[in-house]
Amino acid sequence: MAPVETHTITALVQDRPGVLARIAGMFSRRGFNISNLAVGHSETPGLSRMTFVVEGDDWVVEQVTKHLYKLIDVVQVYDISAESIVLRELALLKVRSNAENRPEIIQIVDIFRASIVDVTKDSLVIEVTGDEEKVDALIELLRPFGLREVMRTGRIAMSRGSGTTGGRKGTKASVDQSAPDAEVVP
Amino acid sequence: MQLTGAQMVCECLVREGVSVLFGLPGGAILPFYQTLAEYPDLQHILVRHEQNAGHAADGYARASGKVGVVVATSGPGATNLVTPLATAMMDSVPIVALTGQVPRAAIGRDAFQETDTTGVTAPITKHNYLVMDTADIPRVMKEAFHIARTGRPGPVLVDLPRDVLTERAEFDYPDAINLRSYKPTLEGHAQQIKRAAKLVRDARRPLILAGHGVSISGAFAELQELAEKAQIPVITTLLGIGAFAGDHILSLGMPGMHGQAHNNWAIERSDLIIAVGMRFDDRVTGRLSAFAPNARIVHIDIDPAEVGKNVGVTVPIVGDARRVLHALTLEVEPATHADWLKEIDVLREEHPFVMPESERLLPQYVIREICEATDGRAIVVTGVGQHQMWTAQHYVFKEHNSWITSGGLGTMGFEVPAAMGAAFACPERTVWSIAGDGGFQMTFSELATIAEHRVPVKFAIINNNSLGLVRQLQDLFYDRNRVSVEYSGNPDFVKLAEAYGIWAVRVSDKADVRQAIDDASAVDGPAIIDFRVEREENVYPHVPAGGSVFEMIEGPPTPTAEDVPAWRP
Ligand SMILES: Cc1cc2nc3c(=O)[nH]c(=O)nc-3n(C[C@H](O)[C@H](O)[C@H](O)COP(=O)(O)OP(=O)(O)OC[C@H]3O[C@@H](n4cnc5c(N)ncnc54)[C@H](O)[C@@H]3O)c2cc1C
Ligand SMILES: Cc1ncc(C[n+]2csc(CCOP(=O)(O)OP(=O)(O)O)c2C)c(N)n1
Ligand SMILES: [Mg+2]
Repeated sequence: MAPVETHTITALVQDRPGVLARIAGMFSRRGFNISNLAVGHSETPGLSRMTFVVEGDDWVVEQVTKHLYKLIDVVQVYDISAESIVLRELALLKVRSNAENRPEIIQIVDIFRASIVDVTKDSLVIEVTGDEEKVDALIELLRPFGLREVMRTGRIAMSRGSGTTGGRKGTKASVDQSAPDAEVVP
Repeated sequence: MQLTGAQMVCECLVREGVSVLFGLPGGAILPFYQTLAEYPDLQHILVRHEQNAGHAADGYARASGKVGVVVATSGPGATNLVTPLATAMMDSVPIVALTGQVPRAAIGRDAFQETDTTGVTAPITKHNYLVMDTADIPRVMKEAFHIARTGRPGPVLVDLPRDVLTERAEFDYPDAINLRSYKPTLEGHAQQIKRAAKLVRDARRPLILAGHGVSISGAFAELQELAEKAQIPVITTLLGIGAFAGDHILSLGMPGMHGQAHNNWAIERSDLIIAVGMRFDDRVTGRLSAFAPNARIVHIDIDPAEVGKNVGVTVPIVGDARRVLHALTLEVEPATHADWLKEIDVLREEHPFVMPESERLLPQYVIREICEATDGRAIVVTGVGQHQMWTAQHYVFKEHNSWITSGGLGTMGFEVPAAMGAAFACPERTVWSIAGDGGFQMTFSELATIAEHRVPVKFAIINNNSLGLVRQLQDLFYDRNRVSVEYSGNPDFVKLAEAYGIWAVRVSDKADVRQAIDDASAVDGPAIIDFRVEREENVYPHVPAGGSVFEMIEGPPTPTAEDVPAWRP
């Protein structure tokens, strides 16, 4: 099977109660798949920045973008997939460990330039940042030791260089592509 | 100036030019009602059901072009607004709904009559607000009306906790709207308009597909100028009916599932479709992959999300229909398209739209008679079903903003309250409600309100004792297996009318139709005609859902023996 096409979209939204529910509701109602969502304050007071990873082709991304814009609380939307961007995710991983296997785990953690942020006699909490593949890879290597908990923030992204993220190009021009036929009510 | 929240709401309504509101009180919204008495300019119409208040506000808005206002209490009052809000959302109708909410401190505790109203209505409103600070009311109200009526119009709900209504705060009415995230595009892109004009110049078989957005925008003159300058025939969607005079020589009628057949064939042959203020609904397109296979498409719409949603577009133009059509007309060159118009005439001859002849009382006949009696100049409201489609096909509208029907959601029961709302909006005009016996029975509790205010709505119940359109689906696509579509226990509608003190008459004979219509028209106040029509009649053409023009059923099968199928309860 061909890998699922994904796009990274960032949105600036008004920091108001219910805005996340509105956005999530719109995604589910319109049948858009988001594999990832991160939310936090932006550089401007009153505005939050969201990063979504949307599964789908250009048509889907165009639809997602336009429907995001229809929400009154959404200020700016960018598909930054085609830009040169830095992608990061932060994860906290709790692994079973004991005196015997601790050196081996530390070695793996070093290779990934991750760090150990908590140690007990039978566990370690590891903090790692990087793109999803790196986090996935570390998780897989640690799984055999007994992975007790995984917490991931989801992807955030920023464009390289002095320009602001998405500033180089906004919404892409309309793609000339029709929607697939769907089953309709008789 | 210090005011209570309730006073602020009223002050804002007055400033927005509201004169009529439809609603029904309850505990949470009561502070608002108690204050309403201080504002004689705000006429409140007390209804029998909040759903009807919502549809009445909808009919009011569609007939007047103004924002309709509906008021309900928390909990069940608010949930009763779900259907009318969804109806208005689908058809882009500007409504402001004011709902009561439990006091702020009680929110989230499953208090008496608490519902998460903004949560429930988020997907069926253009926007909504839960007001948590009395001082916010002026801004929120101003934004609500602005959002409802501008851009692509739609319903906006404002949820008002009881103590927000009673609390006092400084009434600081904003001079301007400051919504950084909401700025509809009105002016079309000049370059795109030039590209569109070039396509028009090169087209040999151009068509205009005009929709509801033309009426919303008031682009009637602009549409006519474009059509006439370049001699482009105009097809109007169900909600676009009335956007272009039905008796104009370039008017072709309705496309899609129940549109006149020649329209679907014309679309099939067309090499350029200029779609304006319409959203390529599936009732219009049928199977997308077979829709307009030979045409390039120019799509003019105020909502960017509609452009490219259903069909691929060659030239997208986001903007207000009136401005874009005006600019486009300046750019296009005069043309005649004589060959194409002739070709369409041939299509019309090959696929004639015929009025069936019968000695019996046919529903189509009733509608034609109403059209004639009103000279095509009444405001006509319908329910949903066969009678709706026949009205679309047989009532030829000569006036704009006169055709009021639930298209996108297809809400049965719309015919009674929406007609009432339209009559409040346009007291100087004649309002006919062409009702289904099914739909009428969903909302006829509003006859009480209509009687109280002597609202001069004339009802023509197209009474086929059945859910006719569903029966038609069963006959055509489910092997005539008629299940749960017969209404054998309908009330005596004439007696029902009498119970409300409303003039009424029953008509079973073709010969009595016109007299009854004239008598009803002469009544000073509401009137009801119970037309006992031929119940086996079907709406044609009928493109099966998801089908193409090639599967269009253009008329009844050649008559065989009278093998009328059974009705199963
Ligand atoms: C039983 C039944 C059968 C039906 N059969 C048919 C059928 O055979 N044929 C048919 O046509 N319909 C049919 N319909 C109706 C159909 O479901 C849709 O409601 C209808 O086609 C929508 O028409 P529209 O796109 O013109 O209007 P809307 O759905 O109201 O869309 C309006 C469009 O105009 C845009 N707009 C709004 N304001 C402006 C502005 N100022 N400038 C520019 N654009 C603007 C909006 O963004 C939107 O895209 C049927 C409905 C029912 C219930
Ligand atoms: C509220 C609602 N429920 C169900 C339907 C499905 N439906 C569409 S048309 C129809 C029949 C309508 O019957 P009636 O009002 O008598 O009109 P007719 O088709 O007989 O003219 C039904 C049940 C609907 N559109 N709306
Ligand atoms: Mg019926």
